[in-house]
Amino acid sequence: MNLLKMIESIGDLKSDPKAPQSRRESLLNLGGIGKDLALAAVPVGILMALPETSKAKNGSVQTIVDVLNFALTLEYLEEEFYTMGIASGVIPAIDLTIFNQIKKHESIHVSFLQTTITTLGGTAVAKPTFDFTAQGAFSPFSIYADFLALSQGFEDTGVRAYKGQAGNLMSDNAVLTAALQIHSVEARHASQVRRLRAKNGLDAGNKGWISGSSRGSMPSATQPIYDGEDNFIQGGVSVTTITSVPLSSIQEAFDEPLTSSQTLAIAGLFIV
Amino acid sequence: MQTKDETQESGFLQKPIARLSFLKYAGASMAAAGLLMAGCKKDSGTTTDDGINLGSGDVGILNYAYALEQLEAAFYTQVIATPYFGMSSAELAILGDLKKHEIAHRDFFKAAIGTAAIPSLVMNFTSIDFNNRASVLATAKAFEDLGVSAYNGAGKLIVDVNYLLLAGKIVSVEARHAAAIRDLINPGSADFSGDDVIVGGLDGAKTPLQVLSIASAYLTTKLNANNLPTS
Repeated sequence: MNLLKMIESIGDLKSDPKAPQSRRESLLNLGGIGKDLALAAVPVGILMALPETSKAKNGSVQTIVDVLNFALTLEYLEEEFYTMGIASGVIPAIDLTIFNQIKKHESIHVSFLQTTITTLGGTAVAKPTFDFTAQGAFSPFSIYADFLALSQGFEDTGVRAYKGQAGNLMSDNAVLTAALQIHSVEARHASQVRRLRAKNGLDAGNKGWISGSSRGSMPSATQPIYDGEDNFIQGGVSVTTITSVPLSSIQEAFDEPLTSSQTLAIAGLFIV
Repeated sequence: MQTKDETQESGFLQKPIARLSFLKYAGASMAAAGLLMAGCKKDSGTTTDDGINLGSGDVGILNYAYALEQLEAAFYTQVIATPYFGMSSAELAILGDLKKHEIAHRDFFKAAIGTAAIPSLVMNFTSIDFNNRASVLATAKAFEDLGVSAYNGAGKLIVDVNYLLLAGKIVSVEARHAAAIRDLINPGSADFSGDDVIVGGLDGAKTPLQVLSIASAYLTTKLNANNLPTS
């Protein structure tokens, strides 16, 4: 079953009142990417069919399968990206240990999610066709800086995407726990790649954690990955009023979620 | 059942006005869902021979997280107050950030839980040599990995989706910390996400009892987790 078939099986997007708005926003957020690229069709169904954020304790098995297929799509993207990156020779030998470890985890995540979906009685979505150049905007398999930038972008996106779906998994403790266990692995990856970019002289101020909503020296097209990370309102209260820690540290101390449509706007750039 | 008294002794997440802003922020149609915590009982924070009672329900889990954040914040405060010999500027920057992040987490939980919060804990850091880089970084690694596994294991015990999201916002930062500390110990290796902690592609997930049995070595104050949810 391919992605488009999956979309049809999940339902008509037009029934989602948020879809037009979200798609318009995604077009506005594309920054430096060309207009043609922005208008390129992205397979929206599997991602857009998800609840925007999680509210219900009574998630159906179908909701859980949808969330896991959403996660699987992101893991397919990461796995193929690292497989191609390692095969291309773009990664210096000294950094290969790091990316072999990351690739190993993404491969396991793919098979783990496929197995879990099948166990729940669902059908795992097929791997999409990826274009990691985003129609020529990036050269990740010949320019190491591009590879590192996309790696950081994918890992930081993955952290936010899993976080945004945790609540949709509350009705299944085993699945929720596994998703959290993957979520923190992605965060470890993100931290390492962020610091590796600094070490390689690509982003001197880059820390393992996200500072404000800054993308650092990342391409402007990656800004949606960082929008909203400057939040300092937690539980309805400005954390600045209850601690002596400076604002910048408060913003770093809490990672923020992405909705499924926000994630789509990012990942969709790389899905043909 | 929630009583009026219990509402008044709760933190900002339970106050009516804050509740409104919280709902607005969450953008959720949760008015009927009831943010008042069902598990908020007066027994949390009380001390008996069994130690300080963390309480039950979501408030118990929040107190559990508050205890761990107190531990981390106190540790990094000491690390920065008495830097080990040869601490590089890069290490100072990282450890200084971690101190501030953990203080932010600690202060957030204290305010969120309000008067149902456990008191400030007394730490026992006698096993740590703060003058020694290896000792400090090994302890930091242990605390960060422990924090990650604690939040991962506690997620399923949380009833209120808003608290689950808050835990999610914090746990990934702890995981970022863990990777950075591990890379300071063994730079450029696979240890940032090492096979000793990531098994089958999955990070650790520990029950509160498993976590507290490890953390208790660093706490003079005894904690009582008997009322925490277990499933």
